[in-house]
Amino acid sequence: MPINKKNRLTRSKVLVEARDITFTYDNEQFVVKETSLQIEEGRLVGLIGANGSGKSTLVRLLAGLLHPTSGKVYFGGQSLTRISKQCLARSLAYVPQINPMFFPFTAFEVVLTGRTPYRPRFRFENRIDAEKALNALDRVGARSLAYRPVTELSGGERQLVAIARALAQEPKCLLLDEPSTALDLKHRAMIVQILKSLREEKNITSLVVTHDLQLIDTEFDQILAINQGSIVDDGTPLDILTESVLSRVYNDPSIHAYQIDGRIFVWSGN
Amino acid sequence: MSPFVGKDDYSFTSESTNNINVGWQRLFRALFLVTIFLVFSLVVSLVVGYRTLDFTLLRQDELARILFFELRLPRVLLAGILGASLGSVGACLQAFFRNPLAEPFTLGVSGGGTLGASLAIALGWGINLGGVPIVFVAAFAGAAGASAVVYYLSRSGNTVMPGTLLLAGVVVNLIASAGVILIQYTADYTRALQILRWTIGTIDIVGFDRFSYMFLFLLPGWFVLLVLSRDLHLMAMGEDSAASLGVNIRRCERLVYLASCLVVGVAVAEGGTIAFVGLIVPHGVRLIFGEDVRLVVPCSFIAGAGFLMLADSIARTVLGSVELPVGAVTAVVGGITFLGLLRRQRRFSAI
Repeated sequence: MPINKKNRLTRSKVLVEARDITFTYDNEQFVVKETSLQIEEGRLVGLIGANGSGKSTLVRLLAGLLHPTSGKVYFGGQSLTRISKQCLARSLAYVPQINPMFFPFTAFEVVLTGRTPYRPRFRFENRIDAEKALNALDRVGARSLAYRPVTELSGGERQLVAIARALAQEPKCLLLDEPSTALDLKHRAMIVQILKSLREEKNITSLVVTHDLQLIDTEFDQILAINQGSIVDDGTPLDILTESVLSRVYNDPSIHAYQIDGRIFVWSGN
Repeated sequence: MSPFVGKDDYSFTSESTNNINVGWQRLFRALFLVTIFLVFSLVVSLVVGYRTLDFTLLRQDELARILFFELRLPRVLLAGILGASLGSVGACLQAFFRNPLAEPFTLGVSGGGTLGASLAIALGWGINLGGVPIVFVAAFAGAAGASAVVYYLSRSGNTVMPGTLLLAGVVVNLIASAGVILIQYTADYTRALQILRWTIGTIDIVGFDRFSYMFLFLLPGWFVLLVLSRDLHLMAMGEDSAASLGVNIRRCERLVYLASCLVVGVAVAEGGTIAFVGLIVPHGVRLIFGEDVRLVVPCSFIAGAGFLMLADSIARTVLGSVELPVGAVTAVVGGITFLGLLRRQRRFSAI
């Protein structure tokens, strides 16, 4: 049985779904191959896999940034192609893996764009939007960066700003592509903590793509494991983060996994 | 719970949001300031010239009146129209490509337009195609072709490589100018001279006849660019995040492409290659009013008009009786600006 904070044994609604999606850039190599997945509302989900296994492509397909070569992606039961982009942006937020910045926008300006889906084309953001943007920055602990140019921020700080923008979007579902890569230990833990509290407070669904297995603990509801473009395993953290499953997912027989106090420690090598 | 927490929280948020100008007032203040600049430039460029404007003479002398209304006024207005076009397109292209060094000239759009227009001039300047001067159509086609090549070369997957973008733009410009030289050598003498004078970027216009044709192309282009400024604001922060915030990237891409080629095509057909206006103006605007593209595009539109009017006034007066082509003035000023930006850019490693 998964460890549940709330009683989540009742059948909940499927929010994100992919049915037999395939994606290929040049019709030769499949990046994602005939994969299906279901993520229920209010779940905190991890997507793990080796480098080049198609994690980022899969999450971009789920976010509607790429269109599957075949198969369909559904959000809230509706096909992504049938939902207007603005409508989707109000309920689905995506945090890109890298956030290169070429213009010295302030961090506040960047976070404020998260409010765009709620504004008509010819309206600027109002004071309420500004307050929401500042609160989002507060939540990731980056309020002090608000008026610094993003070109002068470090990679980790930029990642926090990108996450704050996604929070300002007030979505039902967050898709985060490698949110922890440039973050230090403290902020890594904070991001997961934010996602957990969003789940408890507002029943917000999150999908975290990561190769950093330390990010995942037993409080995740579901772990998807991807190998060579297909989901090969789907289960609770305790099911997936075992030596036998991980060695298969990463094609690495020298993986060790230990559990201490609800945390799972994984390393490779002898 | 401490009674101070709520109070502190309240003062914290109210203090901070009061300092933020997020509404229209910021746009209006910026537009007001650039409009003052525009009016100043307009007055200066109407007054200065080979003959300084003399109001008493204008009232009495028929010749002075003709000189003013048929030569100077149209020229000043044309400078304004071209400057507005190049300035706003520059601002849009920079946001679109996430590259502060992008502008019609550096991306080869102007070069392609020049080649197309040269071809049209070699065939005959005056030819009309259904009432529309053929140079406009040819310059638009040239600009569209060149930018398609540059874009195709610099795009890899879903990213535009900034170095390749500029390099491809410069090389397309070189190829285009080689084509122009070829046309000059094969065309007859007067036509060749016409092309030469025009490629450097001069603003010679007599009367107002051509304005209506220009607006036929320019108004839709300007309109599209101004309307898209919000999408471009999001694009400037990254394509993926813009798409996830609801921007239709494909549609935006096509519209920016079409509108830029339309506007630059006409600008090139009328004024030749006036380089770097699309670089200097948006950068100046950003320096003063900040990075918000929703401000930068309309302000660059107005400031661009003022800037080119001033540049043209310098071109008309700096050598006394000899008039310089305005393209020479903007190329010198803009080239130096470009190098300065390139130096500063190394910090951000965008190139």
